[in-house]
Amino acid sequence: MASQEIALTANTAPGTSLVDRLHRLVATVDHKELGLMYIGTALIFLVVAGLMAVAIRLQLAIPNNTLLEPEVFNRFFTMHGTAMVFLVGMPIIAGLGNYLVPLMIGTRDMAFPRLNAFGYWMFVFGALLLYFSYLGAPGLNGHGSAPDVGWFAYAPLTGRAFSRGHSTDYWILSLLLTSVGSTVSAINVVATTLTLRCRGMKLMRMPLFVWMMLVTNFMIILALPSLSAAQIMLLIDRYLGGHFFDTQSGGSAVLWQHFFWIFGHPEVYILIIPGFACLSEIIPVFSRKPIFGYPVMVGATTMIAFISFGVWAHHMFTVGMTSVGNTFFAVSTMLVGVPTGIKIFNWLGTIYGGKIRLDLPMIFCLGFLFQFLIAGLTGVMLAVTPFDWQLSDSYFVVAHFHYVLIGGLLYALFAGFYYWYPKAVGRLLNRKLGLWHFWLFTIGFHLTFDTMHFSGLLGMPRRIFTYDVGRGWEMLNLIGSVGAIFQAVGVLCLAINILRSLRHGKVAGNDPWDAWTLEWATTSPPPIYNFESAPVVRSRRPLWDLKHPEDPDWKYEEAGSGEN
Amino acid sequence: MINEASLLPVEATEWKLPSSRKVAIVCLILTETCLFSIFVVAYLFYLGKSLTGPTPREVLELPVFSTICLLSSSVTIMLAESAFKKEREKLFRVLWLLTIALAAIFLSLTAREWHTLIYDKGLTISTNLFGTTFYSLVGLHASHVIVGLCLLLLVFIFSLTGSLTQMHRQRIQMISWYWHFVDAVWVVVFTVVYVIGR
Amino acid sequence: MRLRLYRHRKMLRALLFFAFALICVVFAGPVEPVFGNTDGVTSIFRPLSQPAQEIKELSLLVLAICGAIFVVVAGLLVYAIVRFRHRAGDEASEPPQVYGSNQIELAWTVLPLLIVFVLILVTSRTIADIQNRQAPPSAVHATVIGHQWWWEIRYPELGIVTANELHVPTTDGGESRPTFIKLQSADVAHSFWVPLLAGKTDLVPNRENLMWIAPTRPGIYLGNCAEYCGTQHARMLIRVVVQPPDEFQQWVRDQQQSAAIGTSSAEGRKTFFATSCVNCHTISGTAAQGQFGPDLTHLMSRTTLAAGAAPNTPESLRKWIRDPQSIKVGSLMPNMQLTDAEVDQVVAYLQTLK
Repeated sequence: MASQEIALTANTAPGTSLVDRLHRLVATVDHKELGLMYIGTALIFLVVAGLMAVAIRLQLAIPNNTLLEPEVFNRFFTMHGTAMVFLVGMPIIAGLGNYLVPLMIGTRDMAFPRLNAFGYWMFVFGALLLYFSYLGAPGLNGHGSAPDVGWFAYAPLTGRAFSRGHSTDYWILSLLLTSVGSTVSAINVVATTLTLRCRGMKLMRMPLFVWMMLVTNFMIILALPSLSAAQIMLLIDRYLGGHFFDTQSGGSAVLWQHFFWIFGHPEVYILIIPGFACLSEIIPVFSRKPIFGYPVMVGATTMIAFISFGVWAHHMFTVGMTSVGNTFFAVSTMLVGVPTGIKIFNWLGTIYGGKIRLDLPMIFCLGFLFQFLIAGLTGVMLAVTPFDWQLSDSYFVVAHFHYVLIGGLLYALFAGFYYWYPKAVGRLLNRKLGLWHFWLFTIGFHLTFDTMHFSGLLGMPRRIFTYDVGRGWEMLNLIGSVGAIFQAVGVLCLAINILRSLRHGKVAGNDPWDAWTLEWATTSPPPIYNFESAPVVRSRRPLWDLKHPEDPDWKYEEAGSGEN
Repeated sequence: MINEASLLPVEATEWKLPSSRKVAIVCLILTETCLFSIFVVAYLFYLGKSLTGPTPREVLELPVFSTICLLSSSVTIMLAESAFKKEREKLFRVLWLLTIALAAIFLSLTAREWHTLIYDKGLTISTNLFGTTFYSLVGLHASHVIVGLCLLLLVFIFSLTGSLTQMHRQRIQMISWYWHFVDAVWVVVFTVVYVIGR
Repeated sequence: MRLRLYRHRKMLRALLFFAFALICVVFAGPVEPVFGNTDGVTSIFRPLSQPAQEIKELSLLVLAICGAIFVVVAGLLVYAIVRFRHRAGDEASEPPQVYGSNQIELAWTVLPLLIVFVLILVTSRTIADIQNRQAPPSAVHATVIGHQWWWEIRYPELGIVTANELHVPTTDGGESRPTFIKLQSADVAHSFWVPLLAGKTDLVPNRENLMWIAPTRPGIYLGNCAEYCGTQHARMLIRVVVQPPDEFQQWVRDQQQSAAIGTSSAEGRKTFFATSCVNCHTISGTAAQGQFGPDLTHLMSRTTLAAGAAPNTPESLRKWIRDPQSIKVGSLMPNMQLTDAEVDQVVAYLQTLK
């Protein structure tokens, strides 16, 4: 109880003025506060970019609609994509990692707390710069200068000749800034994981969440430079008269695509692996069993990371590579699906034979499993190059990656949210509201994205602000747009839940879920120093060992039951 | 609750983890390596593809002296580091200053080369593909040398004001690792641009 | 009743899923799409040409394999969720703490690898078959050049230049007459996609790509630009007009003629040539030799204006010439600030360009 009091006085000293609290916000270097700031900022952008998506769906609900003008629409889908990847996905990963990794490895803070703060503020600066583009120089037709070149900004559309005004410049500069933030945060997480683990926590005793964060952040370190390099080259083209992507002077538009996707493909694994991380913690707890095949999970994640650097040109199957090139990337893409599938099977193996508790985190995990399975399978389909020749750049691809990112990642993040919110805030989220969130969102998700598979199969290309009658796309688009409303209401339920639970939620206590990793061994919320004394661990589930002294994990792990 | 954990029998083995500074610098070097790799790939890709203008063979001369200077600076910084470890302050300062001087010479010779290229040989960043990729790659490297030079200068100033103590040994080592990285990149750039490219 | 539904909600949800999946499989087959009209519908599963046909066959195999995987894995998942649910009153013990099994891991690594192996074989064969096809001597050769936001279409061997509509002969019975299309771009990246005929191939500036089609049935095949290329990417539509051999020959002959010099629109002709129309447009046999915009020599032979943005009627033509932005905002054709009378004259002249 003493730690509880200390926590209260440290975080909620009575009479703290607004100025004091704002000062704390700006000056903090505590990993928990920064973690929550990352997540909070990301959620704000989730709402903003989500509303843009609703606007896009409203425009596409009926053919030849005039709700959004073409230029406005083109800016909306560019900003929606860019914001979702860089201002929602990346910061949520940074936030989750920063908040949970030190707690899970039993240490006081990250290796470089000030660097942590620097990374966060770089991200904020970049994010604000991206949206400032709406207010910046008048650009063309007075619509502001928000980027309108698509989130992957293919050359030479982004060159000086075809992208007059500053829209592309905002895209480049804001992302260069956020990339600095991401890289710095990644270095911090890697250093923390490798150098600050508590006594006894060998690498193969870390929670899988930490393993996957380690792999993700290592990938960030290796993948992000390709994007930054390409963006610097584009800046040189635009401002110093360079010719990197200037096709009129012999430059290559395809080179941009290579550089972008050398970043872009690992990026999507960077986005999803933290989702896997959440799942790998939550599923065991709510199945009441350890994760099935811990070493295989580690190996599979590492394999995914490794192979994912060799599949990028499956985004370029239509650009006219040789049959040898196309075949190579088809092969590598199919291969990367194998370790991913193995992970699904291992989660299945964890559930099998367990005692499944259908609490909200688990419900979202189950949604993930079904939906990610479908997403992975449509990915395998797209890996088949000739199939991709028909479906690349169509709504089938849009359906695929939204299935991965929403049906997969977002569900995993929702699961993580319901699971760890009590730890961070000290109160549980309301179950009933959570179920409303789940069902509304799931219905909406399927209405929107199941139908998109069909519009893709019927020939509807991406990034079109409208379409004609008679192509067979009308009903599908209308249903899809209705789904967007359901999703929005679902998210609204979550927002209400969060706000209400902050004050009126049931008090969580240290360990509301009867879990086994170190973060549940301290108070909710944890005190600023995390643990009263540095923990010592002897197995992968230190709290299981404490709760079951007659049957501790370390007996089986050390006996080498196929684990070490 | 966690106090009970420490009652569990602890393993006898020592618990030693790597230094976080070292891990961080290695990660930084890895990320910068990836950055340079993309520029090197672009350079190699565009070799021979310029539509006009001077070719590498026509305008590039082997920068032998500046390379010797830069690579020697790696040697001097290594010697400076070991002098610091042996607490030989004066020797450390001399060697460190020598490193700075060699770096400065490298930069000024690069500047002179660029001046010649731009004003005498007519090669600018916008002339042709060769110009674009050349100035980008060599310029990226030079910018890293400048950053390193600033770090070196900072350390030198601290050593003069007496703020530099044995406590900072590892930080000095990290800066020297960064410096070695910059030199290693130069070896690659030199080979790609001045040897293979011509 | 409600309580029972609630208790079995996982199972119900899974059942709904299966039902949906089943419907998907049914839809993907050769069943008519229920929604929308049937003409103009460009389902990749109802191809009327090679290589789209070959792609469809491969796709069905892949769909079947993926469908089977889904049924098995989702089925196991549903079974596990239902069978191993926590039951009320069963708080006492934790289930057996199983850490893993090397044999099972091996099994579910080897099996997917085998499936991948099969997929690789069929995929690489189809890739090679489509990409390595050589043009027979009877093939028609066309070059499509992408512009923002229209298609320039040339038949170098036939001496024809037109825009937005690609005419090709059918391939049927004995004689195979595929059309081999070179793809280039004059500005940014575009992509040529006519789903009923072939997969898409990009038009990338400073690069030439090659694709081929061999349609078997006459008709008008709709397509879209499939690589975002700027403001009017959505209205860069393609029409491939597949004609029986004799009709195609007639079309070729007509296109090869220079512009008809009609006497009824001399005033319009004068206006056209006095304004800077000639700087962008070509009308063969006249002084108009501009390259920036579409060739207008046989404008009236096309069914649409501005790459499908409007039908080719006098009203649309009038609207377009008066102010192109009213039909296609962002279009690179400037408003020539003509008076109403001038617009009527130009339209009358253009109507003679059959």
